[in-house]
Amino acid sequence: MKLSYAWLKEWVDVSWDAGELGSRLTMAGFELEGLVRNAQDSILELNVTPNRGDAMSVLGLAREVAALTGMPLTGPARRPVADQLTDAFPMQVDEPADCPTFCGRVIRGVNNQALTPAWMTARLQSADVRSVHPIVDVTNYVLLELGQPMHAYDLSTLNGEIRVRHARPAERLQLLDARTVDLSEDMLVIADREAAVGLAGIMGGARTAVATGTRDVFLEVAYFAPSAIQGRARRLGLKTDASQHYERGVDPTLQQRAMERASALLIEIAGGRAGPVTQFHSSMHQPKRVAVSLRRTHMARLLGTSIEPGSVKAALSALQMKVRDVPTGWEVTPPPHRFDITIEADLIEEVARMVGYEGIAERAGEAVHHFPVLPRERPSEAAVLEAMSARGYHEAITFAFVDPQLQQRLFPERASLALANPIASDLSVMRVSLWPGLLRAAAENQRRQQDRIRLIEHGVCFAVADGAALEVDTLAAIACGERLPEQWGVPRKERAAVDFFDVKADLEILLVATGAPDAFAFEAAQLSCLHPGRAARVLRQARPIGWVGELHPEIVRELDFTYPPILFELAFYDALRVDPAAYTEVSRFPMVRRDLAIVVDENVPLSALRERVTLSSSSLLRQCRVFDVYRGPGLETGTKSIALGLIFQDFYRTLTDEDVDQNVASIVAGLRVSLNAKIRE
Amino acid sequence: MNEAADLVARALGAIASSTDLGTLDAVRVRWLGKKGELTAALKSLGALPEAERPAAGQDINAAKARVQSALEARRVELERRQVDQELIAGRIDVTLPGRGEERGGLHPVTQARLRIETLFARAGFDLAVGPEIEDDFHNFEALNIPANHPARALHDTFYFPDGRLLRTHTSPVQIRAMLARGAPLAVIAPGRVYRCDHDLTHSPMFHQLEGLVVGENVSFANLKAALHGFLAAFFERDLAMRLRPSYFPFTEPSAEVDISCVFCAGSGCRTCKHTGWLEIAGCGMVHPNVLRASGVDAERYTGYAFGAGIDRLAMLRCGVNDLRLFFENDLRFLRQFRAF
Repeated sequence: MKLSYAWLKEWVDVSWDAGELGSRLTMAGFELEGLVRNAQDSILELNVTPNRGDAMSVLGLAREVAALTGMPLTGPARRPVADQLTDAFPMQVDEPADCPTFCGRVIRGVNNQALTPAWMTARLQSADVRSVHPIVDVTNYVLLELGQPMHAYDLSTLNGEIRVRHARPAERLQLLDARTVDLSEDMLVIADREAAVGLAGIMGGARTAVATGTRDVFLEVAYFAPSAIQGRARRLGLKTDASQHYERGVDPTLQQRAMERASALLIEIAGGRAGPVTQFHSSMHQPKRVAVSLRRTHMARLLGTSIEPGSVKAALSALQMKVRDVPTGWEVTPPPHRFDITIEADLIEEVARMVGYEGIAERAGEAVHHFPVLPRERPSEAAVLEAMSARGYHEAITFAFVDPQLQQRLFPERASLALANPIASDLSVMRVSLWPGLLRAAAENQRRQQDRIRLIEHGVCFAVADGAALEVDTLAAIACGERLPEQWGVPRKERAAVDFFDVKADLEILLVATGAPDAFAFEAAQLSCLHPGRAARVLRQARPIGWVGELHPEIVRELDFTYPPILFELAFYDALRVDPAAYTEVSRFPMVRRDLAIVVDENVPLSALRERVTLSSSSLLRQCRVFDVYRGPGLETGTKSIALGLIFQDFYRTLTDEDVDQNVASIVAGLRVSLNAKIRE
Repeated sequence: MNEAADLVARALGAIASSTDLGTLDAVRVRWLGKKGELTAALKSLGALPEAERPAAGQDINAAKARVQSALEARRVELERRQVDQELIAGRIDVTLPGRGEERGGLHPVTQARLRIETLFARAGFDLAVGPEIEDDFHNFEALNIPANHPARALHDTFYFPDGRLLRTHTSPVQIRAMLARGAPLAVIAPGRVYRCDHDLTHSPMFHQLEGLVVGENVSFANLKAALHGFLAAFFERDLAMRLRPSYFPFTEPSAEVDISCVFCAGSGCRTCKHTGWLEIAGCGMVHPNVLRASGVDAERYTGYAFGAGIDRLAMLRCGVNDLRLFFENDLRFLRQFRAF
């Protein structure tokens, strides 16, 4: 809130200048967010936290300043307005629990065309309140000064009575701001015989609003219980000064005083004759201030330091609390305006705040040695990201909500979770994959002339299964552009676009790092966003744990990529769970290598070839490497030649040619029979 | 006699004038080979009279030894020259760039987070986690923020149609950690949080660090020491810290944490809005209602909690002035953070 320094001075004659006042208030819990000095005044912009509704006024902050300085709280003289009329408008409170106090007063013969005096408009302006006409200006002024919201009705528009009741089913109300709202039955309204004329504690209605032509007014000053107001304004999309005050708590003893202050100001500015103040007051529904006990030992334990008993008492008394000594410490009763003091810790904060948080010395907590649980199988995020960094990937962080259109285009088969109140329509569904975010980031980088892009991201994706949301820790990458950065010494033909196998190699680095590379398999599979012939499902022990593939050419065109992006995505934990194999002995005997060029049908995948080689050979076969794949002249169309390097080794002796020949013969025979393979000479 | 001296002189001349190992070898063959001139001279000794033979033989053998050693010396010399030449020919331009892949890097926010995790792990804190989609109980209710509480207005919450929400802070992990582990405990919970707010200083998704210590005598003085220790360690400097009274429904007493500006050391600059202070965290002593909602005996135990923006810590460490840059994933931005 904005506080006029000069206005405050009327209430407490503080000797600090505005800057010093701002610093002191900051360290007392009212952070100075801005300070504007002009010739007449200084305006402090202070952040009043939601627990301190009592401080949202000149009076409230003056009380704080008085407590901090020990200066007396003064304020303008109180001058009750003598009744000049006998008029009392009929008033009825149906909900005394929600509205324990309600004051009304009729003032007739107001000249609402009078000019609000400059001193008042200046003060209103200091709080960013525009001057309208005397009636509204006075109610606003009293709110700023005392923190008591008020409402003025044009008496001539009120039908018969004023009644405080709950809204009726399907009741509607046109508000001062001309909006019509649908009321619900837990909302408190002010009504006349006809209908609701105001939303209690939030905003008045349009039909009974005062205007410059208004001559007779009905002034309302009420205490509404916070629970009767809280949440209602927000539900209607409203936020008014009145609702802010009532939600946080208005001083329940302030109504009569505010009524007199407003009446006096109004009559002074615009004339008129006042009727008597009629008051509804339900004692049993008044908020009770209960004594809270404050134990010396607990305060010392919580703060980590002892505060001298005299200072404790002085601090609390300065805040208008009633303090009674008891053997263990004190019994403290907060004043009516404090809604936030209900437990011991609240009092401890007040004491610490007044003593100053700076006064509590730092003290290291007791050191406790303990060894954390550090499961070996949990993949290290840092190591994974670092490994990918070493292969040229930059880690990206994209939003967890994505464009529903893009996500639908990529994953039409996956259900996604939509936000009820997205910040933008293209950030309105939770991602089911990191790819929408990465594709968008890649496309934006391409637009910024970054034509070689490698991004990796680690984050949660949101799957929907049987209506329940599942958070899946996910790792994904995208690569597009040239295979290598532009550089000297790289033959032109190697300056090709990155392809499936380049990215598969990056992915395999991570799989090897699990310690169980043999547990993984890649199988050709279809995913609608990937090129149907260049996509693989990644399996770990036959369980699907991810995808790798080239973006579908249609989507490449739609997203305007120069080079087709290659993507992979893994379930972070399931895919990268570390499972290091136990040590196996290294043979001391020499290896023997035999190379075979095997011609098979184009449709035969390497995995089938490998499987057959393994099945047909003895345990002497250590490795089966692929060192060439050839298609073209010398081969029938529809076939390919795969060159295998077979490595044999024994643990117990040096292998003979016969050992190896036997194995090779068996492998060749196996391949011929099962895969119709030919050996290329 | 003259003949031997003459042979030596000619051989030495030929050796000296040979400029490569091939020529030198030809010289060796010419003089010392099976049909070489010195070999022939040795063979011709037989033709001399008996008495002259020993002296002549001595002369020729001495000549042969001289030629041999000259040949050896020349060979060593020529080999050295050849190596020198090869080295000269093999010279490269060491200023040309290296070949291959270039290095990527970790996101600056991740770097900051990992640094924070390391610092707290060394101080004995465990890592705790929680879901990003939360329910009202963990995000608000258990944190002493009942429905209709004015503090809810400060959380611009993203909701799902079924009433669940994207967590607005990492504080729900406090509840989950206490429910799962009980007291005493010391945890941090870094994570992603969401608020529907988007401008220069707000991103709808950002990162928070939550800290929670619960024990029998955990105090505000301990909280101050822990925060100050962490901040000094994170920024690697001896910085001033101050706590200002503030309000969070889940702590009492509560405080905002300011540190002396890391850019101007407190003398006032644009980053600290000329106050000399940077607001860096919120903290306080865990509210008894929160302990109770988490199944912790609020009489026996006390605790402190704090929350800080990881993005803000990263911004201050890297000198980044616009939060949104972190989520644009511009390679030109990311490339600046490739250091380990």
